[in-house]
Amino acid sequence: MALAAVSPSSLAPFSALFSGYGLDQPFDEMFESNGRPHPHCRPLFEELHAASPADLRQRQVEADKAFLTQGITFTVYGDAQGTERIFPFDLLPRVITAQEWCSLERGLTQRLTAINLFLKDVYHEGRILAEGVVPRELVQSCRHYRREMRGVHVHGDIYVSVAGTDLVRTEDGQFVVLEDNLRVPSGVSYMLANREVTKRVLPALFDRYRVRPIAHYGQALLSTLRALAPNVSDPTFVVLTPGVGNSAYFEHAFLAREMGIALVEGRDLLVHDNVVYMRTTAGLRRVDVIYRRVDDDFLDPLAFRPDSHLGVAGLLNAYRAGNVSIANAIGTGLADDKALYAFIPAIIRFYLSEEPILSNVETYLTANRSDRQYVLEHLDTLVVKAVGESGGYGMLIGPHSTAVERADFRTKILSDPRNFIAQPTLALSRAPCFVGERIEPRHVDLRPYVLYGDRVTIVPGGLTRVALRKGSLVVNSSQGGGSKDTWVLED
Amino acid sequence: MLLSRVADSLYWIGRYLERAEHTARLIDVRLDLGLGRRLGTDGWDFDRLYAALRLPTVPAPADDPASLVDALVFDGSHRSSVASSVTAARENARQVREAISSDMWEQINALFLRLKEVRAEGTWSARPHHVLRLVVDGVHLFEGVTDATMGHGEGWQYLQVGRYLERADATSTLVDLHFRPGSTLPANHVEWVGLLRSCSALEAYCRCYTADLRPERIAEFLLLNPEFPRSVRFAAARVESALRTIAQLTSRGTGGRAERLAGRLHASLGYGQVDEILSEDPHAYLDGIGRSCTQIHAAAYQSYVNYPIESALPA
Repeated sequence: MALAAVSPSSLAPFSALFSGYGLDQPFDEMFESNGRPHPHCRPLFEELHAASPADLRQRQVEADKAFLTQGITFTVYGDAQGTERIFPFDLLPRVITAQEWCSLERGLTQRLTAINLFLKDVYHEGRILAEGVVPRELVQSCRHYRREMRGVHVHGDIYVSVAGTDLVRTEDGQFVVLEDNLRVPSGVSYMLANREVTKRVLPALFDRYRVRPIAHYGQALLSTLRALAPNVSDPTFVVLTPGVGNSAYFEHAFLAREMGIALVEGRDLLVHDNVVYMRTTAGLRRVDVIYRRVDDDFLDPLAFRPDSHLGVAGLLNAYRAGNVSIANAIGTGLADDKALYAFIPAIIRFYLSEEPILSNVETYLTANRSDRQYVLEHLDTLVVKAVGESGGYGMLIGPHSTAVERADFRTKILSDPRNFIAQPTLALSRAPCFVGERIEPRHVDLRPYVLYGDRVTIVPGGLTRVALRKGSLVVNSSQGGGSKDTWVLED
Repeated sequence: MLLSRVADSLYWIGRYLERAEHTARLIDVRLDLGLGRRLGTDGWDFDRLYAALRLPTVPAPADDPASLVDALVFDGSHRSSVASSVTAARENARQVREAISSDMWEQINALFLRLKEVRAEGTWSARPHHVLRLVVDGVHLFEGVTDATMGHGEGWQYLQVGRYLERADATSTLVDLHFRPGSTLPANHVEWVGLLRSCSALEAYCRCYTADLRPERIAEFLLLNPEFPRSVRFAAARVESALRTIAQLTSRGTGGRAERLAGRLHASLGYGQVDEILSEDPHAYLDGIGRSCTQIHAAAYQSYVNYPIESALPA
């Protein structure tokens, strides 16, 4: 398809800023296919139209500086010096209409409700397995399935308190779910920081919109954790972090501060008689609810990885004894296994007797003989993912791959078919980004944060991640991705 | 409620920033005194600086002020360099970000980043005073921001304990170096001015005793003055009061070991006589202050940070 450069007849002469802006097949977050901005993007377009590259550059510098001074940085794994980098930030906000948000909100609520019912069922009576809706073998072979959780009572049957669902927009403009992140989803602090910085550097633009606030996320998270608290008068909540060396450490400290609760490391906690305590200057203090940002594997060296120094010896037993609540529960990773993902629509129908509001991406399970055959024949057009991985690792993007990489994946798939799935390569929607001295389109996704406590709360917004490398489809921060502010508009 | 680990970090933020400021001021004064003097003559005397900073080895050849300042100010591999102290303080702050205010974090982070920038710009050697002033100002700003934005509760008190314990120790060490009997260092006017300025005390001293500089009065001012914030007595009073508040806030009652030791140090300075101190054995006396500081540190750790679990478990 030929590239049609943007040239809206209604707004001539066209600013040099947009000179490199091509509109081809993917859905564009700002422009309609005829080159006119979507109605809700008109104020954004007008502001940009009036701006000069130097002006935008200046604001970009201010924004980057704000992130650096606030120490909103991540540590790159595998870098011996522990270098701190700022998460690349794109100046231009991504705008979502009230109607779009409303349908997302309903879809996400439905999805997480079903997932929590599913986890309760699988770790107890296993109805859905007995009825053959989800194959038992698939569940039990999942790397994140925790046998230790069978029959364990989870307070309020709340398994997933916080989900960070990855959505993408396909060519027709529909949002579809790409991944449910149900273990320790991160990035919410960037959502909040992006808003603060955007308001600071683009106040006039912000003022032209009525953007729904997101700053109450901390309170909402604390209320969600309250649903897990035992019936005591003044329960103690903590955030458990792997420590300052973790790439999301900033976020852990940020959330603890927002909620006004202690940020603890494994070494601050101990278990005695199946009760968890933290070591304070006034002696030991009982801990009731742990919002953990440590993976299952590292939570308790007695139960899981014995070489972990990040967790607390005896935590699993204290948890099983019902003396402490942990969010998210242990074993939730089962439901975000990439092969199990394919069954989520069936899971929704099974528990809620409703049709899924949000669609899945078509998924091939290489564990199935017929799917496997198809995948191996179409490696050059599909995206292949390892089921237990996250962060954009262990992926083959067919159209961008070399023959050697494809051969490598073919071998991997054949030797361990259960470990892979494949999906069609999606034309992720693109949003305008300020790159160099111009505005160019880049692929984006959207990760809203869904809180599940006494009720479901989704602060109106999310993290819009951007594949800043031209043409790239990978938005993960570890792989050259950045982010931008996400504005959900008032009705 | 305060985690022991957080108390530990807050204490060290206080100590390391105090150390950074003290080190920066010592170097600044020493460079200033050395201006216009030739190497190896009075004033151009770095040995006392090394001794005051407790450097085991000389970090750079003394005939090269630029590399010397680079080592003492910027060299991260030197534990006593200004940059090492600022980095350590920032690292501690990073580990307790949820316990301090954002303004405090931004201030300490800005100081850390500014020092890196200055070194990278490479023009500092023409204006070393500018760099050293930046550190002193940065620490003062941090203290102001701390007082204005952080609740003066238990956590704040650990910052005070750290800062003033470091100050009591550093000031007594510095005084010791100037009053040690048999010291080969020349005790001339320039050196006495240097000592007072190293404690930001010249103006305050003059207001108290006029510009008539006498060693005995200088010792009295730096050790026993109850009002001057960099005197040992003043620092001891602050340590004592912070530890007493902590004991109350943690319901430990009064009379804990750390608090008692701090009270004893404060009292001994409060009732001290400078003529007795100087005529008997000033080195032993000042050394004793350093030992008290070490004991207070150990006792506070024993009570609040490293206490045995057994003693704290519910019965």
